[in-house]
Amino acid sequence: MSGATDVSETAEAGRTLTVTVRKRLSAAFTLDVSCSAPPGITIIFGESGSGKSTLLRTVAGLIEPDAGHIAIGERRLYNSAAAEHVPAGQRRIGYVFQHLALFPHMSVAANIEYGLAHLPADQRRARAQAVAESFRIAHVLSRLPAAISGGERQRVALARSLVTDPVVLLLDEPLTALDHATASRIIDDLRAWNAAHGIPILYVTHTHREAFALGDRLVFLDGGRVVATGTPHEILDSPASEPLARLAGFENLFDGVIVARRPDAGTMRCRLTGPGPGAGVEIEAPLAHGEPGDRVRLAIRAGDILVAVEQPRGLSARNILRGQLVSLTREGPTIHAVVDAGARFQVDLTPGARDDLRLGAGDHVWLIIKTHSFRIVSS
Amino acid sequence: MDWTAIGLSVRLAALVSVLLLVIALPIAYWLTFKRRRWTFLAEAVVALPLVLPPTVLGFYVLLAIGSRSPIGRLWTAWTGHGLAFTFQALVIASLVYSLPFAVQPISAAFARIDSSLLEASAMLGASSWRTFVRITLPLAKEGILAAAVLSFAHTLGEFGVVLMVGGNLPGVTRTISIAIYDQVQAFEYQAANQTALLLLVFSFLVLAAVYALQRRPWSVSPL
Repeated sequence: MSGATDVSETAEAGRTLTVTVRKRLSAAFTLDVSCSAPPGITIIFGESGSGKSTLLRTVAGLIEPDAGHIAIGERRLYNSAAAEHVPAGQRRIGYVFQHLALFPHMSVAANIEYGLAHLPADQRRARAQAVAESFRIAHVLSRLPAAISGGERQRVALARSLVTDPVVLLLDEPLTALDHATASRIIDDLRAWNAAHGIPILYVTHTHREAFALGDRLVFLDGGRVVATGTPHEILDSPASEPLARLAGFENLFDGVIVARRPDAGTMRCRLTGPGPGAGVEIEAPLAHGEPGDRVRLAIRAGDILVAVEQPRGLSARNILRGQLVSLTREGPTIHAVVDAGARFQVDLTPGARDDLRLGAGDHVWLIIKTHSFRIVSS
Repeated sequence: MDWTAIGLSVRLAALVSVLLLVIALPIAYWLTFKRRRWTFLAEAVVALPLVLPPTVLGFYVLLAIGSRSPIGRLWTAWTGHGLAFTFQALVIASLVYSLPFAVQPISAAFARIDSSLLEASAMLGASSWRTFVRITLPLAKEGILAAAVLSFAHTLGEFGVVLMVGGNLPGVTRTISIAIYDQVQAFEYQAANQTALLLLVFSFLVLAAVYALQRRPWSVSPL
């Protein structure tokens, strides 16, 4: 592994996964993507049914595409033009399945050693031991998968894939069942492992928190196509489409009309269309393309809205809207409030804030929203 | 009690259940994992013995192995005597008769295996054969055991097919059920009762064992 410290572009290109594939799965759905993943974690982001898992299975060789090519550096895995199709087991790709797929009748050690059948027994044992230590599961090697914790099972699945020294690792929503702290410790160990190995890791998820926390790069899939590629921050913070905005945690999406443009200030006035006739409210949003009278879609995160019980003064925020609390519901550590301020806003609060402000349904409140908390989403 | 008949039945049932495992495993594998558009037709053919009267089945087996059939002629040329009304004929007929009892539990057990386990095995470089031996077989072992036990029990109790292709030759083709029939015909109710009771107790024990192995909610058929 002398090349592990070499981060020159040619070395990176030699290990980069490139995928251009088309696969028609049904009359209504065709996967048609082109993307690449250099060493490091690339998030494959999208709603369920967007083609994330299909893309992963295609790269793995579990599904044969209709056309295209897949390569790792110069090494061809699939090429429809030359009728090349390397079978799944010979691609040297690690795959961690959504439900892990640990062999229930084998011990943890036997699970990890399963992919090392070509090695003599003592080497198998030594390598399983080494990878078990780097993933902190050496103490459960003799147990069955059913007899260890969820976090440990996740680590076993990773160890089983990585012990074979794959050149690409595919992870299909592997951490969704785990609590946040357990998941982030596992990710830290995976990062530590990959610091030494430097392989492309495709990580499928549909939660924006994971996407923000993990990825160096993000590929957004919608309807079987790549809609956006970039850093998680670039893509999720100013979502370019409505499905992306919804996935990226923008709970509020409004129809609006441009009322006036102020290019000098970089802002524009928009009127949000409310739930009923006669409803609606004017707000200030960042400047975007369009003329007065044009329709726009506006998005805002529920967590980016402040609530006050008295009319606030002397604030820099440009939008202070009077409204009435419609409902408060608790979900874990978050209170979801719905406020009718001409349009219906979803606002997230902490339980502490609710208690201090003594908020209850029917109360009159003020919503405070910065201009740039609004995002213009092309519809 | 007709111990010769009991011994013959046990020998027949043991041989048939062993042979059936060899035959049923690839058939069940094919029906479960290599499904094509017309697989259901193959399933219907395998299940036919469940609904056909044993006499009908026996009749066709008899035709197939009779002295004028290709199989019968080949057998005669090879061994010097006919195939019908021999122990071998009973084995062939019983294989057909008990086939669904071997294929269906194995097929059901295969179908219950999480397909991602088989994919995980393939991703880890295992051949189809290694996946079958290391993953599929161990995870289907209850179904395979059920298949062996059921085909043993079913063969042990068969009557109509045996009568059609085997006749009633003591020590060669006279099985337990035919012995019971003979005893009743000869008004030997005491002997018939003993033999029948033996078969009843045995069949109950077998089914109890199969249901205990499956550990699933009760259904009329243990398949």
